[in-house]
Amino acid sequence: MNKGIIFTLCLCLVSCSNESTPRNTGVYMLLDTSGTYAEELNKAEQIIRYTLSKLDATDSFAVARIDTGSFSEKDIVAKASFDDRPSAINRQKRLFAEQVSEFVDSADPSPYTDITGGLLQAVEFLNEKGTGHKTILIFSDLKEDLEAGYVRDIDVELEGFEVIALNVTKLRSDNIDPREYLGRLEEWQGRVEKTGGHWRVINDLDGLEGLL
Amino acid sequence: MSFMLGITPWPVASATLWIILIVAALYLIRSTAHKTIQAAAQGLHRSFKIASKAVTRSEQGLAVRNRDVLLAAGRESKERILEREFDRINETVRKDLAKYSSLHRSLSESIDRIEKDHQEAVDVPPDPPGWVKAVETVAEMDAKDGRAHIGSILSDIHKSLIKAHKEAMSAYQQASAKRHKLLRHMRPEWRHIQQKLAQVGKNVDSLLSRSVTIDRLMQEYEDIVHGQDRAMSVLSSSSLVNFFVSAFVLAIAIGGATINFSLIARPMAEMVGGTSLIGNFRTADIAALVIILVEISMGLFLMESLRITRLFPVIGALPDKTRVRMIWITFSILFLLASVEAGLAYMREVLLHDELATSALLRGDAGATATGEYMWITTAAQMGMGFILPFALTFVAIPLETFVHSLRTVVGLIAISLLRALSLSLRLLGNIFLYLGVLLKQIYDLPLFVPLWLEERIASNAEDDSLLGRVGQ
Repeated sequence: MNKGIIFTLCLCLVSCSNESTPRNTGVYMLLDTSGTYAEELNKAEQIIRYTLSKLDATDSFAVARIDTGSFSEKDIVAKASFDDRPSAINRQKRLFAEQVSEFVDSADPSPYTDITGGLLQAVEFLNEKGTGHKTILIFSDLKEDLEAGYVRDIDVELEGFEVIALNVTKLRSDNIDPREYLGRLEEWQGRVEKTGGHWRVINDLDGLEGLL
Repeated sequence: MSFMLGITPWPVASATLWIILIVAALYLIRSTAHKTIQAAAQGLHRSFKIASKAVTRSEQGLAVRNRDVLLAAGRESKERILEREFDRINETVRKDLAKYSSLHRSLSESIDRIEKDHQEAVDVPPDPPGWVKAVETVAEMDAKDGRAHIGSILSDIHKSLIKAHKEAMSAYQQASAKRHKLLRHMRPEWRHIQQKLAQVGKNVDSLLSRSVTIDRLMQEYEDIVHGQDRAMSVLSSSSLVNFFVSAFVLAIAIGGATINFSLIARPMAEMVGGTSLIGNFRTADIAALVIILVEISMGLFLMESLRITRLFPVIGALPDKTRVRMIWITFSILFLLASVEAGLAYMREVLLHDELATSALLRGDAGATATGEYMWITTAAQMGMGFILPFALTFVAIPLETFVHSLRTVVGLIAISLLRALSLSLRLLGNIFLYLGVLLKQIYDLPLFVPLWLEERIASNAEDDSLLGRVGQ
């Protein structure tokens, strides 16, 4: 009898200890809708679908657009915290994919590009979800273009985050002076790693196997 | 080292001196050293010998116990077989003897009917017509008295005679037809008697063959009771065969249980969630496993209640009424669980389709979501498997019982073999140490070859002198 109680308690303790370390994944994807980059959104939709297929129960996923002022919940296109039951997860994924598809079809180009604001919003969202692994996907050319008056000179705390820049296209000016492109990449890498984040760049969208 | 070589100005002399001193010292303590080596070797030899004997005694004890276990198991098994044979004989006798009175009556009635028919069918020859004597008398009258006009009378008599003959023939034919009818009527009776007697003969043959089987089983049982070696070897080999066969069947059952598990683990996530963990295992997996284990337990109880297996004496000893109730309860639970499994198997298929449809949508391949025309076959097959496997797993109880019973014997045999090997090893080690002592003594004497040679020479000279002295005297 006593042994049974001890065994049950041990079981509870073990299960409790597992609860304290979440194993789920949180992904926040930022979509650049500025200027000509808006034409790349079809590629982004593919990445979103791929990401959806990789996520499982209790994972969280949100897709937000980068526009003039991205530090806002209004910029979130679709978000979901997946249920525990497989059937519900499938329903959520289908709904998510539909919402993204609608957005891609009707997205308007944005005059400015506030990547930092989007990054702040992503950190806030993922910290709130409290997932075990936190990944921020930035689908952008990483060219930040702020409207006058917007203050974005802020260090974003990225300890425990993995930031992946996707499809970082070269601008016309980058072709003239590649140092601009390399400089942009270095600058973002520096900003991410400075605050404890892990930085990666994936430009080959055919090789997304290691994305998550 | 330098100290040792520095006791004289010349290192070689020092070394020689040391060697002489050491050899002298070794020679002086030779006897003691030999005794010490001898004692150590003997001590180790005896210790290992005692240990070997102890292990041998344990092995013998275990062999006796194993023999007892084997005989007890064999006795129990033979008792069960004999009991069943007697049950069968009892059943046959009860069935046939219960019908014996009716059979006897039926045969007697048939025989009575045949007798009666036979008596009625006796061929009675027709009575000779009375006209014959009249004709003879008239003829005599004609010859003796010489009377005329007798011809007309004879003609009348002839006509009457023919008429009477026809009537007699007709009566005879009617009687014959009746007799034939009666004889025809006897035919099914004969057949009936023949069938009944054949059945009786068959039953008697069955009883005889069973009695031969029982004789053989009784002989084997007596051999087991008397603990004869032949019975032991038969039991031992059959136990090993049972062990391997039951292990093989259990392995198949484990395969079935694994398939069953994979059928219900996935949809179980719908009920208990897909991510919650107990320890390092998913709750859904544990829940599926628990369902399968409960099914196996119910199967065990069902088999036990049906008295097919005897793993739980408590269930076997229950009153028949309670036992029958238990049969129905366990069967109902098993049926419910099988139905749940069939439902879960259906759910699995639904989830699989849903997941495939979602994956296809995410891949942008919406055409792939269309389900095939024959998909219902896999769904039905899965549901069927989900329903049948729990009942199939019920029969695990039979090989499990055999496995448990034969395991005792097999473990005993393995333990005996291990103990025998250990005993042999210990005896071998003891002997090795004994001869090692002899070898060490020889090695000890090796550097002492000079003093030993001198000692031998001196002893030889002394012996020669004493012999010469004796010869001189």
